[in-house]
This record gives sequence, C-alpha cells and structure tokens, in this order.
Amino acid sequence: MSLVETENSLGLTESGVESPGEAAAEIKAKKKRPGILWYLSLGWIGIVILMVLFADLLPAEYDKPIGESHLAPFQSWPEFLGTDYLGRSTLTRIALGARTSLIVATVPVALGILIGGLLGLASAYFRGTVEAIVDIVADALLAFPPLLLLLMLASAFKPPSVWNITAGLAVLAVPGFYRLTKANAIAQSKREYVVVARAMGAKPGRIMFRELMPNTVAVILSYAVIVMAVMIVAEGSLSFLGVGVPDPEPSWGGMVFKEKDALEDAPGQVFIPCAVLFLTVFSLNVIGDRLRAKFDVRESNL
Amino acid sequence: MDRNKDAPASDVPLLEVADLKVHLNTPRGLLKAVDGVSFRIARGETLGLVGESGSGKSMLVRSLMGISPSIAKISGSVKLDGDELVGIPRKQARSIWGNRIAMVFQDPMTSLNPVVRIERQLTEPMREHMEISRADAKVRAVDLLKQVGIPEPEKRAKQYPHQLSGGMRQRVTIAMALACDPDLLIADEATTALDVTVQRQILDLLEEIQEDRGMGMILVSHDLGVVAGRTDEIAVMYAGRMVEHSPTDDLFVHRRHRYTEALLAAVPRLDVPKTMRPSPIAGSPPDLVTFKGGCAFAARCDTAADVCHTERPDLRANGNSLHLFACHHPVGEDEALDVPVTVGAGASTSTETKEVSA
Amino acid sequence: MWRLLGRKVLHLIPVLFLVTFATTAMPEMMKLGDSSKTPVAAKLTPDMTPADVKALEKEYGYDKPLFERYTDWVGDAVTGDLGKSIATDQPVMESIKERYPATLELAVTALLIALLVAVPLGVWSAAKAGRLPDKIMGGMSSALLAVPPFISSVLLVYLFAAPGTLGQVFPNTGWAKFSEDPGGNIEYLILPAIVLALAEIPQFLRLLRSDMLGTLQEDYILTARSKGLSTPYVLFRHALRPSSFSLITISGLTLGRLIGGTVIVEVYFSIPGLGQSIVGAIQANNDVPVVQGTVVVIAVGYVLLNALVDIGYMLIDPRVRAR
Repeated sequence: MSLVETENSLGLTESGVESPGEAAAEIKAKKKRPGILWYLSLGWIGIVILMVLFADLLPAEYDKPIGESHLAPFQSWPEFLGTDYLGRSTLTRIALGARTSLIVATVPVALGILIGGLLGLASAYFRGTVEAIVDIVADALLAFPPLLLLLMLASAFKPPSVWNITAGLAVLAVPGFYRLTKANAIAQSKREYVVVARAMGAKPGRIMFRELMPNTVAVILSYAVIVMAVMIVAEGSLSFLGVGVPDPEPSWGGMVFKEKDALEDAPGQVFIPCAVLFLTVFSLNVIGDRLRAKFDVRESNL
Repeated sequence: MDRNKDAPASDVPLLEVADLKVHLNTPRGLLKAVDGVSFRIARGETLGLVGESGSGKSMLVRSLMGISPSIAKISGSVKLDGDELVGIPRKQARSIWGNRIAMVFQDPMTSLNPVVRIERQLTEPMREHMEISRADAKVRAVDLLKQVGIPEPEKRAKQYPHQLSGGMRQRVTIAMALACDPDLLIADEATTALDVTVQRQILDLLEEIQEDRGMGMILVSHDLGVVAGRTDEIAVMYAGRMVEHSPTDDLFVHRRHRYTEALLAAVPRLDVPKTMRPSPIAGSPPDLVTFKGGCAFAARCDTAADVCHTERPDLRANGNSLHLFACHHPVGEDEALDVPVTVGAGASTSTETKEVSA
Repeated sequence: MWRLLGRKVLHLIPVLFLVTFATTAMPEMMKLGDSSKTPVAAKLTPDMTPADVKALEKEYGYDKPLFERYTDWVGDAVTGDLGKSIATDQPVMESIKERYPATLELAVTALLIALLVAVPLGVWSAAKAGRLPDKIMGGMSSALLAVPPFISSVLLVYLFAAPGTLGQVFPNTGWAKFSEDPGGNIEYLILPAIVLALAEIPQFLRLLRSDMLGTLQEDYILTARSKGLSTPYVLFRHALRPSSFSLITISGLTLGRLIGGTVIVEVYFSIPGLGQSIVGAIQANNDVPVVQGTVVVIAVGYVLLNALVDIGYMLIDPRVRAR
C-alpha cells in the first residue's frame, strides 16, 4: 500500500512491459508513414480517372468493329489491348467501362451517405421509436444476401440499365451507412460538448448538424472508399450474370461475361477487364484501409 | 529450512543470479530495465524483492520465467541448482519453467484463462513436465486445490475461473504454480490486487507452503510492509539496479540507502498518530532510456551531493556485514566505517558483489 | 441469457414481416417503373390482347390488392405452398427442395475450406506479428480481398479446368448429386467451393489475427507461457478459443451470406442450386413466384441462422452463459 501515492503520480507501467496501448500506438505510428503501395494505388486511381475523362478522345468507337475479332493484346498500336469477340476495340471499351464503374461506385455511395447519414443522425438524436423503426427496416434490408436483393431489384426494374443498377446499389448501400453514422453519432452525443450544447438549449437540428455531423464525416468518408470498391464488384457480378449493364454499353464485368466462353481461345480478352477491375478494387481498398486506420473506424461500429 | 540456512556457502545455492541484465530495444532507444543485478537464494529461503513500479523487479523475475517481452535482450548468468539458464535453447528452458521454477501472478482476475476449466489449467503443466496419466493428473489437481484451502475441490475443478471469487482464484493460481513441485516459487505482487483481509490469508498460505515444502521463494512487492515479517532477506531495487540488499531484520533497523528510507517513510503505520501521514516520495524515477549516470535516486534525494549526480555508487558492505547498499551518503554514515567491497569478504553475498564489479 | 434470447426472437418478427412483404410487393415494384409490365410475362404470347393478360393475371391471383395477396401468400407459405412457376408450372417448393442440397453443400464446403485455411494462418500471423510471415499474409489477404468470385472462377477454371494451361485437373462445369455419384460430386464441388472460400479467407484471417493480438496481450497468456508449455500449445489451447468468438459469429453470418452468394459460381459452373434458379427465373421473363419464393426462403434462412449464431455465441463463451 505504501507506494500508492507515488504510483498514481507516476502513472507508469512496469518499465519495458509493452502494454496493449503502447503496441497500438506503435502500430499507428507505423501506419502514418504512407508506403509505396499507397502511392501506387493513388496512381492507379488517377489513371482510372484519366480514362473516365478522356475516353472519348480514343481513336476507336466502342460499339463499332475496328478489325478482326479476338486480336491478341500487345500486338498493335494504338489498339494495344486487342479486340473483343465482335472485333471492337478493347482499349476504348475498358476506358468507357471505367465510366460505368465510376457511376456505380459514386452515385450509390453518395445516396447511401445522404439517406443513411440523415437517418442515422435522426436515430442517434431521437432514439426510442424512431430508432427502433429504422433499425428494423435496416435489419430487413441486411437480411437479404446482398446479391440476391440486387437480383430481385434488377428483376423488378427490367430491362437493366446503368441507372436501374445504380438505384439498386443505392438501396444496398444505405443500411451500412445508417448503422455507421448512428453508432458514431451516439458515441459522440455522449461526449461532453454535446451534452453541454443540449443543456444550453440548442435545437435538435443544430445539435445534429453542427455538433454530431462534423465529427462523423471523416469516419463516414473513409468507410465510403471501401464501399465504392464493393459497389464496383457488385456491378461486375451483376454484369457477369448477364443481368447488368446491357451490351453494347461497356462495363468491365460485362466484358468478362461476354468473353468467358472464349477463355481458351482468347484468355487475354477475359483477363484484361479482370485485371483492371482487380487493380481498381485493390487500390480503393488500400486507400480506404489507410483512411480508416487514420480515423480509427472500428469494424465493431458497423 | 534451518538445515539449508546453515549450509556452507560453498554449497551450490538454489538460485544464483549474477550480473543479470535485461535490455529492451525500444523505438526510443535502449531501455536498461534490469542493469546488472546479482543475488542468490538458498533452499528454504525467502527473498523479498521490493521497489516501486518501473524499478525493474517484475522484469527481473519475468526474465527468469522466459516471459519478458520479445524485444528484451537478456545477458549475465542465472543458475538454478548450478544449471545455467541464460542462453540455453528454448525447448530446454521450457522444461524448467513451470516445473522447477513457477510463478504466481499479480491479478488472479486476469491471470487465469476465462474459457479453460480450472482442472485443465492445473493439469496441463503436469502433463507437460511429469510422466503422469490424465486421470492421475486430475486426482492430483483436486489434491492441490485442497492443499491451498479451497472447499469442495472436486466441484471447483470443473468450474471456470469467473465462478470463483478473487481470493479463491489466487489460491488456484498458487495451486497451479505448485503443480509440478517447483524448487523455486516466484510470487509477483501476488496480493496487490486483492482485498486487504484476503491479502493476509494468501500471504500466510504462501509462507506455510514454502515452509512445508522447503522451497525457495521470491516475494516481489512494492510494499515493504508485505515482505517485512515473511522474508529472510530483502533486496530493494531502483531504476533497474539493486540499491540495498540485507537480511530482513537488519534492513528495518539499519536501513542505509536513502531510497529505502523514503520507502519506509511511505509505509502507513498504525502505531503513530493519524496526523503523521505517510509521506509519499516526491518526484518520479528517471527515464531509463535517457538516464546517463550518477545515482538514479539523486534527483529525488534530499541529501544528494554533487558526487551523487556524477558518479554511480556501487553496492558495498559495511565491513563483513551481509548488509549491502549502493549509496554515497548512506543513512547513519557517521556511525560506521564504509568499506567498499573489493575482494571476497567470506560472506556469500559479498562474493557475488565481486562478480558485479568484475 | 433467456431474456437476451427472448429479445432476439421478438426482434425477428418485424424483420421477417418486412422481408416477406417486400418480396410480395415485387409486381408493384415492377409496375412502378413501367405500368405495362406484368408479373405473368413468361406466359405471354404475341397474339394476346390486354384482356387476355388481365385474365392471366387473375388466374395467378395478381388482380387482388397487395395486402390480400400478402395474407394469402402467408397462409399458403405456412402450409409449405409457395405458389408455382409461371414459366413451367412447377411448384416453387418442389424446385427449392430439389435445388437446396447443392447450394447448401457448396456453402458449407466453402466455409469449411475457408476456416481450415484461415485459422492456422491467422494464428501464425498473430504469433509473428510485424515480422515477415505476417507481412506476407497481410499482403496476400489484401490482394485476395480485391478478387471477386467471378474473377477467381474464371482464373481457376483457366488454370485447372481448361486444357493447355496446368492441365485439366478438375471438370470444367457441371454437377453430380452426392447420393448418385459421390466421387463425381466431390470433383465438381472442389473448384467452385474454393472460389467461394477464397473470397472469405482474407476477412477470417484479418479478424482472427486482430483478435489474437488482443488475446496475446492478456495476463493469462503469460501464465500459460510461465508454465513451460510449448508455443503451439499456448497459441491453440489458450489464445485461440478466447479469440475466436467474433470469428464464430462471422462464420455463421458468412454461411448465410454464402447460401445467397453462391449465385455466381452456380451460374458459371452450371450447378443446379437455388441461385441458378433465381437467375434463370429473372432471365426467363421474370418468373415472379420463383424469384419471390426462393429469395424468401434464403432470406428467412439467413435471418434464422443469424439468430442461431447468437445463441451459439452464448453457448461457447462461459462468461456470457453465466448471465
């Protein structure tokens, strides 16, 4: 008992024995230095954005044959990616496919953040019945295996188009953002500054948007990057099943779908869209993971 | 116990630690958690290891058990019954940990695995180290629980730790440590996390077991009061070094190191008026990464002189006494001659000091 | 514990209601976009007049208002009648009974493969945290996380089931029932199950690794090590179990997700499972009763499975069990 006072004043742990906190701090410090992977990922996303912006400047049109079908990649210039089963330029179609991916990645995520975020803030602020009702709807949406829900929506909104699929993906994105925002806002609302604001008679709207929202944004945005990757995969999966963006509209998943039966004859035409999609998803994951580590988003919040 | 105590110094001691260093490669630099500590323990003897948090006492005993952090570099010599432990292959060392040396940890709430039945936690060291059948191990486990004073041991063995009270759990960890009849038992702050009344029971139990079995024991504590009546010798650690080492009786009467004195002043006592509050030690121990030289306690010491800040005091004895201390201006300095230990002075403890300076 | 259980069950009711109601409302959703659409499109022939279409809709009960249809559907569903396919007139329940074993077998096998790979690797990764094996596994799981099943299907088929590359180790596509041809069943099963497992391994590995890292900081791990037990024993006996609670939860949820997520591999590998029938029904002019019935069965199964996982969770953790 004798050293209780000194011990408290020191706040030391047994010297050298690494406490979990220390270890975590060390890991965090490591994460702060961006590695080569981070720059490569940013670089690749930059290339994808360039494709989106300048796809129209490419020499070939996306829906017209430019030569023989199934030309192997890396044989000619500027069509260095070869041609597909109809003799269309793979380069142009990949570049325009990036546009599809960009739409399905950003629009549903933006809608998800908007709708899910607002509902989450409202739930966190009002709790009680509001929270219970929204929770049940969110649970019901999450009760569907995601791809099935998407298929169901795709079947309801047939024939498929980029915008139908985008709408379906938005429905998928909302519950995740709702839960994340709510969990975060609830954690925030227990903090002192919110309690103070409430005690000073601030209106619900003010507390929600001025106090709760700003502190949740960073967390939401880092999660959003990961969801963008998920959305690109989901669109690819739908297209791969033949119920996605219809031909001749280019989409990476659709390109794999159309070429998969020619796997043995023209593997290049199958693996080019695969590789492009892989690199994009991988880059988004790397970027999202780093942001999440920075803003300390825990999976348990979801 | 007495037989062991009277054994001549030439006999191989149960545990002989010489110039033990535990250095940690931290991101901030080299942390000398334990920096050249020497002592020995005979069979049936109890050593009290005292120091505040960060003094390196836990590091020291953990390095004996092979559970220091992975960044630790251990050097020096640790001999158990004459067998060197430092630097031997892990597989060989494993046959000693939990078998010949066992440890009781600080917090019984966290040191038992919550999802493993008590019986299994008791039997696994037996199955590892002894040639014993599963059934015999179970019988032995129940027997051990009975020995450490747990009622209904058969029932308790089948339970999970959370079904037991804190005091019961600490009894279980003691039973666990005794599973393979160790020669040396280390109790690392074994009672700190317990209620005061339970503390006493556990300490009595440890003492009783130690006497019954004639084991060696190291009682680690930050509380001089805990080790006072229950140890043969006390070693005081500060900033990774031993600052005072003496037979227990002598320490309380003739404490020499200023730090020991400060520690004693911090012990709450019932025999003084309430107005005379225990006085905590001002300041904090030095940062062991950046600390350069001199006496580590100088910054907190009332009597520190210039030499204390520049020169590190070595352990020395007062004549032939077994009482060692590392202080330039010890308590009661004028009462006796200070003879730095340079050659072996016959007493076992002084020979070991020679090794330190060697 | 029982109160916790009761609350879970109570929560199930509104969720189940919403799931079933939403699927019943599919025809309404279709008409939302384009009022000329009809749920009986599969039976339409070019010479049909609008009156004929109305008659056909009436035959299948789509003329009734949504709520009446819902109560009818629930009434039928509890007796095991999920309606019949518009395209083939086969009762939906019959088709589900025929097809669910393939889907279930696929999902369970995939889950087992994923756990069999991820558990030892996750434990190893945590034990070597920050060192080379951990870094390699971290990198591999990041990469694997970016490979969706449709890419790994194509890749694995190209590598192992097509002539010319690594040789035709596995049959390309197809299925054999276990009861009829066990050997063939396993041959057909392996590649699609691996595809599904690959997608789950990285999450399992990461989850177990991070939980293990937490557990390895615990005092009772020091206690176990101080007993002189071997490192593998400490890792698997003392650290794995307390670290595996979230893994078990996630495995349960994953099984549910896999049952719905086998769609891609079922279609690509021509496996006659539930997913294939859903995609088939959508492609065949929206065979609403088939989509509805199959989706509901999977979703309800998923919800119930989640509830079971929660109960299982209580059973495995003695600390929760005590409450």
